[in-house]
Amino acid sequence: MKTLPPVDAVIVGGGWAGLLVAKELGARTSLNIVVLERGQSREPSDYATDMDELDYAIRLRMMQDLSKETVTLRHNVTRSALPLRQHGAFLPGAGVGGSGEHWNAQVPRFLPDCFALLTKTTEKYGAKALPEDHAVRDWGITYNELEPYYTRVDKLLGSSGKAGNLKGRLIEGGNIFEGWRSEEYPTPPTKMPYFSTLFRDAAKSLGYHPYPAPSANISQSYSNPDGVSRGGCTYCGFCARFGCMVGAKAQPTNLLLPIIQKRKNVSLRSGARVRRILFDSASKSVTRGVTYVDASGEEVFQPASLVFLASWTFNNTRLLLLSGIGEPYDPATGRGTVGRNLTHQVTVGAATAFFDQPLNRFMGSGSAGILFSDFDRDDLDRGPLNFIRGGYFAARGYGFQPIGAFGVLPNSIKATWGSEWKKASVSYYDRTATIGFAGEHLAYKTNFMDLDPVYKDALGDPLLRLTLDWRDNERKMAEFATPIGVQVAKAMGAREINPFPGLRSYDATRYNSTHIQGGTIMGDSPDHSVVSPYLQHWQLTNLFILGGSTFPQNASANPTPTVLAFVYRTADAIIDRYLKHPGPLG
Amino acid sequence: MVRRRHFLTLSIATLGGVLVYSLDRKATLLASQHKPVRVPLRFFTETEALIVAAAASRIFPSDESGPGAREAGVAIFIDRQLAGSYGRDRFRYTQRPFEDAPRELGYQGSATPRQIYREGLKGLRGFQLLAPAGQDEALRKIESTLFFSLLCQNTIEGMFCDPMHGGNAGMIGWQLVGFPGPRLSNFDEVDKYYGKAFRPKPMSLRQSTGAKVRPSEDES
Repeated sequence: MKTLPPVDAVIVGGGWAGLLVAKELGARTSLNIVVLERGQSREPSDYATDMDELDYAIRLRMMQDLSKETVTLRHNVTRSALPLRQHGAFLPGAGVGGSGEHWNAQVPRFLPDCFALLTKTTEKYGAKALPEDHAVRDWGITYNELEPYYTRVDKLLGSSGKAGNLKGRLIEGGNIFEGWRSEEYPTPPTKMPYFSTLFRDAAKSLGYHPYPAPSANISQSYSNPDGVSRGGCTYCGFCARFGCMVGAKAQPTNLLLPIIQKRKNVSLRSGARVRRILFDSASKSVTRGVTYVDASGEEVFQPASLVFLASWTFNNTRLLLLSGIGEPYDPATGRGTVGRNLTHQVTVGAATAFFDQPLNRFMGSGSAGILFSDFDRDDLDRGPLNFIRGGYFAARGYGFQPIGAFGVLPNSIKATWGSEWKKASVSYYDRTATIGFAGEHLAYKTNFMDLDPVYKDALGDPLLRLTLDWRDNERKMAEFATPIGVQVAKAMGAREINPFPGLRSYDATRYNSTHIQGGTIMGDSPDHSVVSPYLQHWQLTNLFILGGSTFPQNASANPTPTVLAFVYRTADAIIDRYLKHPGPLG
Repeated sequence: MVRRRHFLTLSIATLGGVLVYSLDRKATLLASQHKPVRVPLRFFTETEALIVAAAASRIFPSDESGPGAREAGVAIFIDRQLAGSYGRDRFRYTQRPFEDAPRELGYQGSATPRQIYREGLKGLRGFQLLAPAGQDEALRKIESTLFFSLLCQNTIEGMFCDPMHGGNAGMIGWQLVGFPGPRLSNFDEVDKYYGKAFRPKPMSLRQSTGAKVRPSEDES
């Protein structure tokens, strides 16, 4: 194996987390940095002609090539896992920018109590309030410590919205249930598609507190603190599964790449598939660098003084397991930390509503819409349903395209093809939309990741195996959310309503969200976690792990701003302290 | 590779065109020419293409609620998709072993869309010669098969894809549902037309961007 000249830092993964740490370290230090991205290189101009539903939204051109690598799934340890042979419940991106290119750019923050979920829930309701076999943990950090970094993220992205809590002062029209913000959003709320305005008025009439969805598809032109300027969103409707044609959507390639490309001390190698993280076997306290297969197919060793693992939840976890770093989690004994606390998100279409009037649904953006968070708190009366936590309701005007949107019909129509089906589908085509609910997914001892004993990737390495299923808390939460969605749809004037049919087993064929957490979680002790709240590996102190893999459990809110806030905090700690005195950051 | 070229002969009168709605919302198709065209096939034999065209026309019929799969050229679309990366499962995980699984783990079979079509079409011999009622009966018999669900999904794709993919001829599918195609900006319209239909004239991706965009099925 060829050994390359050593560098100061190697970053595995060129998505949001990897490119943000590359930008921070690259622009603020003279460190020699290499970013290794296994997908293709990419420029914002690639998106000028990508508004093709078939190739991008249906054939999923921007997603990971599963012919090379996928994950396997089983519902519990008594079953054999099988590979997810095609995309379904989640859509990890490939190429420079990663999933940050095709996201919807929804940018809410996590609620303050999410960061101390175990302590707060136990204090308030007693230990028995949590499900018996839960694995819920505190993060080892508070919202107050993170708030300044969240504000930096909002300025980086130019987030559009309206604050509901400015330094403790509640403001009607914003989300009054959110954590305090030190500053108003950098840009005002987006324009609202018609469906979202119906939802807003109905929610208000029912006594809820609707607010404009926080959006990184920005409402007007904005120049961020790095001097990167973007124009406002045109509501073309091609967001999810597409890169932004006009660059109004915050993406790694339009916010971070231009700065990185100007820095001589940062280089980005695409087509570089990292296979192992090497560490000093005698001391077990330092990584030595990584091995990867380069674009030409040759396997090389890249020595580095600092290693950043920023390759999304699955690959962060898998690379630790493949490299023999840390103890794999064993659900039978509860020992080991790598792979534990796998969580997804309780994302359901609470009510699909059918209207008399047309909605013009082709206009919108991935994050233009209205939310309400009245049930995203922990102090609610849930009636006879015994569950904890909650989530937010949403009516977004994503921008609908006809292959994906055609054929959604009221349950009263049974035909699935032929004249009757066609006639109804044509008539309802622009008269239906779904009220969404996004709720917290708790961590359980039985939901985890390890290496699959049977299935391999294209290079012969074991695939990552997910053991994952819904539990009563999630099923009851969906059951609780459904009648609320139906109530709002009725108040919106819907002629017919399909309620959510209920959560059964985890379904890998139904798109849920690309918010998957855990595997390399943070915490306040190496007994229960892989990294510290500075995202520093507890044993290998020159290894930092960035991304949703470090979240102890899912929060209802979309994760990207939280991922980025932690990256900022880690970059600051490295620049201000670690580089002067390498070692554990306390 | 040498192979016999197959063609599907289509009447221009039934391929694409402009939809005109009468006052009672009945759609009429305007077409000016009546000269037939021969479209070279990339995957199907001529007989297979005729069966697929006939079946797609029963799934998405041309009737009083507007034109359907025949006018959109759905069979041409499916032929191109099967000839391209989709048809040969270029991006699917296809390593062994193949095992049966609960529905929630998704399709676990080894057959590619090409193989599923080729096998499925064997069960529809002579289908194109049946009367519509007989065709519907034949389709009802295979309703629960993977082949039929693929055919339904691909028919919808062929109705509403960008015309560069060979379906949605004359943007007939987009006209049918009022989708304008990729518009570069709806900034001035998104918060107007509340409760009222806004139906700009459809434009394809090539028309809208002025760029010569290549569909993925034309890439190797």
